[in-house]
Amino acid sequence: MEYLDILLNASFWQAAIRIATPLIFGVLGALICERAGVLNLGIEGIFVVGAMSGWMAVWLGASLWGGVAVAAGCGALFGLVHGILTVPLGLSQHVSGLGITMFATAASYYTYRTALPDVTSPPRIEAFKPLDIPMLSDLPFIGEALFSQTAMTFLALFMVLAVAFVLYRTPLGLAIRAVGDNPAAVEAQGLSVYGLRIGAIMAGSALMALGGAFLTMSAFDAFFFGMINGRGWICIALVVFASWRPGKALLGALLFGAFDAFQIRLQNEVGAAVPSQVFLMVPYVLSIIALVLVARKADYPRALLQPYFPGQR
Amino acid sequence: MIRIEPRQNVSHLYAFFVPVLAAVAALGLAAIPLYAAGADISSAYVSMWKGAFGSAFAVSELLTRATPLILTGLAAAVAFKAKLWNIGAEGQLYVGALAAVAIGSGAINAPPAIMIPLVMLSGMLAGGLLMLVPTLMKTKLGADEVVTTLLLNFIILLFVQMMLEGPMKDPMGMGWPQSEPMSPEATLPKLFARMRVHWGLIIALGAALLLYIIMTRSVWGFEMRALGENVSAARHAGIPVTATYIKVGLISGAMAGLAGVSEVAGLKGYLTSDISPGFGYSGIVVAMLAGLSPIGVIVAAVFIAAVFVGADSMSRAMSVSNYIADLVVALSLLCVLISSVFVRYKIRFITPRLPKAAREKEI
Repeated sequence: MEYLDILLNASFWQAAIRIATPLIFGVLGALICERAGVLNLGIEGIFVVGAMSGWMAVWLGASLWGGVAVAAGCGALFGLVHGILTVPLGLSQHVSGLGITMFATAASYYTYRTALPDVTSPPRIEAFKPLDIPMLSDLPFIGEALFSQTAMTFLALFMVLAVAFVLYRTPLGLAIRAVGDNPAAVEAQGLSVYGLRIGAIMAGSALMALGGAFLTMSAFDAFFFGMINGRGWICIALVVFASWRPGKALLGALLFGAFDAFQIRLQNEVGAAVPSQVFLMVPYVLSIIALVLVARKADYPRALLQPYFPGQR
Repeated sequence: MIRIEPRQNVSHLYAFFVPVLAAVAALGLAAIPLYAAGADISSAYVSMWKGAFGSAFAVSELLTRATPLILTGLAAAVAFKAKLWNIGAEGQLYVGALAAVAIGSGAINAPPAIMIPLVMLSGMLAGGLLMLVPTLMKTKLGADEVVTTLLLNFIILLFVQMMLEGPMKDPMGMGWPQSEPMSPEATLPKLFARMRVHWGLIIALGAALLLYIIMTRSVWGFEMRALGENVSAARHAGIPVTATYIKVGLISGAMAGLAGVSEVAGLKGYLTSDISPGFGYSGIVVAMLAGLSPIGVIVAAVFIAAVFVGADSMSRAMSVSNYIADLVVALSLLCVLISSVFVRYKIRFITPRLPKAAREKEI
């Protein structure tokens, strides 16, 4: 019965949505890149860049939304590098992505250490506060679970709608989906395959960086080494689970957040009987299970991983 | 108009110089972050060089660092050659080390001639079996091995921490989460007195040679390369695709597991959960710099080790963050990737004109 109590507690759902927020950004970002035909394994490093640059901007005196913009911009820049390497140069998307992750992570850590050579405890900023919406935040249950999140969570939820709208209701979205399925057809339409793919990677990378920025500017108020801890890789698994659809991506991230919040509470219930590491493994194990469950029937974008050179058959 | 054309045949000399140029470019680009940190650039490079090659002790440290990098580099090179994306060398290294201490810290007592091969085999088996899981998930269930191997790294590191805080914790370890020490019989001897470089280096060099022979001179090697070139063509040619993936996975995982054995049995003497500063990931850079050639891996591992050892001593001397080493390593990967374009393709500047037949008609 205690387990049911956990699920009926509003603070549990509040935690689930909070844990899901960076994943929503990350899965949406990975989804846009892959829909355009490019796997972006730079995601883990771009999360770090977003977390570091957004936090650093605010620490240096920018406003919170200024920090968000800086994070998105830095993410897009790393996306541009990945785009140039994988689209016109047609290099291995796996290796390039891993290279971007290593480069972005090292560059972020180096910048942080160079700017703050001898701090022992990470300096803090005034992070986003939970919104206090009149009426809505006072609603029983829903008010605590949903309407006392920070503004970035609402930005993430808005992005789900925005990405879904662009992908399925605009000519641009049609072109992005087409370039990931059949780039030759897109070229025949007189559209630029390179432009669409690089643009999609930059937009997706900006979203990934927002996921990182959420961690340092909303969930916590400081930057730590190793704080991303595989969240990017989890997003790569979740995007397959979500079959490259924004709505399912939201669902997947929320489900994941709920499982993670549940194991944290379970950990408190069970106490020291089970080693804490067993619980810490849960997110990674869940991601593998999610991937295996859908792997057989996964409908990958048809041109994923395949470089395309205009004018060549 | 610029046109990119595939090269018909790549000269060996050219293929060798391009990664060298990439490494030099990566080191050169490091001047930017060094400048940003306010360091004197020329003395920083001198300090790095001295730290890596300046004395017999420095070279010993360099080779000590290169040892696990050769093995994780081989793990990546073998797998990538067959286009099996094993990014899990970090986790396989840790299970290899865990198996080594499980067997070698007093569970079995035997003379070194038996203990050392036993410890090596158990580490290789552990690493290979760990890689078997994502390989089977790929071949039987169609789950992408990039994601599964990456996620397994996190799971294994937590598992190792759990073992070191629980059943495998050293009761004499003053409360630190570390394993019991390796028995003297299971320890790899040092190569020289008062130097840290150990027999793991010889084992790593032997493994590179063996893999070179397998890859270039055996049917297995042919099957693996065929898989990497084109899976469906390999299948049509009658190559057992699943069995070959499994072989590649086992060999790749075994190499990473051996890196873990070498670190605990040759260098550290016991296992902690921070035994690898990302050797598994740096191994990918080593393999790419080497052009996936087992012999090239040796050279590339020495280069990457020199970057780490040199940057370490430079950062101590000049108060530059030692993340500069990770930065150079990451830049090397990106540079070698970009330069591979010049190996495989030539870029020609041509003026567009009509085909010959059409031109003749016009006249």
